[in-house]
Amino acid sequence: MTAAWGAEAVSVSFGARRALDQVTVGAPPGQVTAVVGGDGAGKTTLLRCVAGALAPSGGPAGGRVRRPAAGRIGYLPPGPGVYDDLTVAENLRFRSAVYRVPEAAAGPLTGEYLERTGLAAVRDRLAGQLSGGMRRKLAVIAAMLPGPELLVLDEPTTGVDPVSRADLWWLIARAAADGAAVLMSTTYLDEAARAAHVLVLDAGRPLAAGTPAEIVAAVPGTIAVRPGPPADADERRRAWRRAGTWRVWQPDGVPAAGSVRPDLQDAVCVAALRAELERAGLAGAHA
Amino acid sequence: MRAMIVKEFRQLRRDRRTLAMMIVMPVLLLVILGYAASFDVSDIPTVVAGPGAAAAAQALPKSFKVAATYPGGASPAAWAQNQLRDGHAAVAIVTGSAPGPTVLIDGSQLFTAQAALRQFVAERSGQVGTTASVSAAIADVTTHILYNPELKTSYIMIPGLAGVILVFVGTVITSLGVVRERQAGTLEQLAVMPLRPADVFLGKIVPYFVVAVADLVIVLAVGVAVFGVPFRGSLAVFGLGALLFVFVTLGLGVLISSVSQTQGQAIQLAVMTLLPQVLLSGLIFPLTSIVAGVRWIAYLLPLTYFTEISRGVMLRAQPIGSLWAPFAYLALLGTAVTGLAIWRFRAFLAPGAAR
Repeated sequence: MTAAWGAEAVSVSFGARRALDQVTVGAPPGQVTAVVGGDGAGKTTLLRCVAGALAPSGGPAGGRVRRPAAGRIGYLPPGPGVYDDLTVAENLRFRSAVYRVPEAAAGPLTGEYLERTGLAAVRDRLAGQLSGGMRRKLAVIAAMLPGPELLVLDEPTTGVDPVSRADLWWLIARAAADGAAVLMSTTYLDEAARAAHVLVLDAGRPLAAGTPAEIVAAVPGTIAVRPGPPADADERRRAWRRAGTWRVWQPDGVPAAGSVRPDLQDAVCVAALRAELERAGLAGAHA
Repeated sequence: MRAMIVKEFRQLRRDRRTLAMMIVMPVLLLVILGYAASFDVSDIPTVVAGPGAAAAAQALPKSFKVAATYPGGASPAAWAQNQLRDGHAAVAIVTGSAPGPTVLIDGSQLFTAQAALRQFVAERSGQVGTTASVSAAIADVTTHILYNPELKTSYIMIPGLAGVILVFVGTVITSLGVVRERQAGTLEQLAVMPLRPADVFLGKIVPYFVVAVADLVIVLAVGVAVFGVPFRGSLAVFGLGALLFVFVTLGLGVLISSVSQTQGQAIQLAVMTLLPQVLLSGLIFPLTSIVAGVRWIAYLLPLTYFTEISRGVMLRAQPIGSLWAPFAYLALLGTAVTGLAIWRFRAFLAPGAAR
């Protein structure tokens, strides 16, 4: 891997609360790396550290972050990321001025991105008057415009309709194809499955990491599908609901009738269950 | 409805600043308006010059407090006028040049001048039961009102108002501008952009500085053209004073925004700094009428010093030499406030450096 940006054993504390505990993530150039996890897992904190909006706690002991110079980073914060009281075109012009993108390069690129994502017609509309999805697209375009080496996107697709999501994915794929190291967070596991690398976070700790296939392959035992919740109390601790049926993780099970091949969503659920069981000191944790 | 009332009180209790404002404001207003707000002038700082000046001073009613006596040297009349010009006294009694004593009254201290004038008029018409010696001493005085001969209110209000407008733009509007950035979540993005904290800080402040200066020019132009307020002093001295004052108000604006999370909080804090300045700076109520227990607050407020500078320069052509104290204070306060603001600003613009 050449010159991967990212974080190495990074820890962050807010007062007594440990938001990140020894988290490592790499963002290789030309690839998309996804950070997944529930609310409060530490995704935003990790991305802020990598982007440089937050310093790891406790100096050198808080870990190391490798990132290019400020002019070579694009960052989409969890907020709107654009100025509501500037138009679409003005927002992009501000961004290219700050990053000193020459007009000859910024003009055509802006045109292409806006055209492809359906924003060309609203060039002169105030960003505050755009729909949520349009605003998110604008913010991602703004972050991409300078052609960054590292593109950090905090939940670019959350709360966005499927069409806009597809547009956003086009943008993300384009940035990676142009050679950027893309580090993004998401709550959607189907999106994470499209990434080259995935880091699963839970309560500030890494649960699993690797390519989606590696994470799925690392699930021990089997997963059984049941029509209703399992009656057995021990089984219920290892069960979750999915699409109207129940799935039960059997750590020492062998593939049989009624068991399914796990996908990334199952793998993340199993990883979360294992962590929970481990904390409770129950069986199955060290399967 | 009960649920609504309970919810409202809960939210009120969480919002510490509103709560503080609700409790502090009435107390503050009570103190200010009760003790400080007074148009009654009990002390009239006076200087006396010329032969028999000491006797004249003795003969004056009690409210005239003799601040200085002619030390000799140049002409007594010139000395007395300089004392008024430099703001050391409101009234000067000069003897020797005319048959009776000449009383010079500083019209730029409106309420004090009015009070002094009333005294003389009352004395002369014998309305006040004073001793024969007092009556004799001031029986044939000639009064001259300097700087504001018609005792117009606009003469003293417009130089002061210029300061209020600078506070408004510098502190209130500026604090909103920076908080808006934080509330929209774009401040974090600025922190990551290839901008130095100084770029962001200055970039944020310069537009408001330009607006403040434009406002100041408009107020002065309207004051001079429409209200006929004279501009007698040096434009450069006034400009320097205004610059230092804007430095303070802008710094205060950024400081307020750096400790506020929302625009509402910023407005609250800014108003809390604006209100005492309007009430206590000598803009409306004369400083000498404010009870000593509250007056010290007035001497902490930057507007007090700007009002002193602007009235002195505009109306009395006060030279910079006698204004060094307000200039020094504004420079000191501006450096302190801006330094603190930059330090707070850096904390979230350069997270690695400040922690």
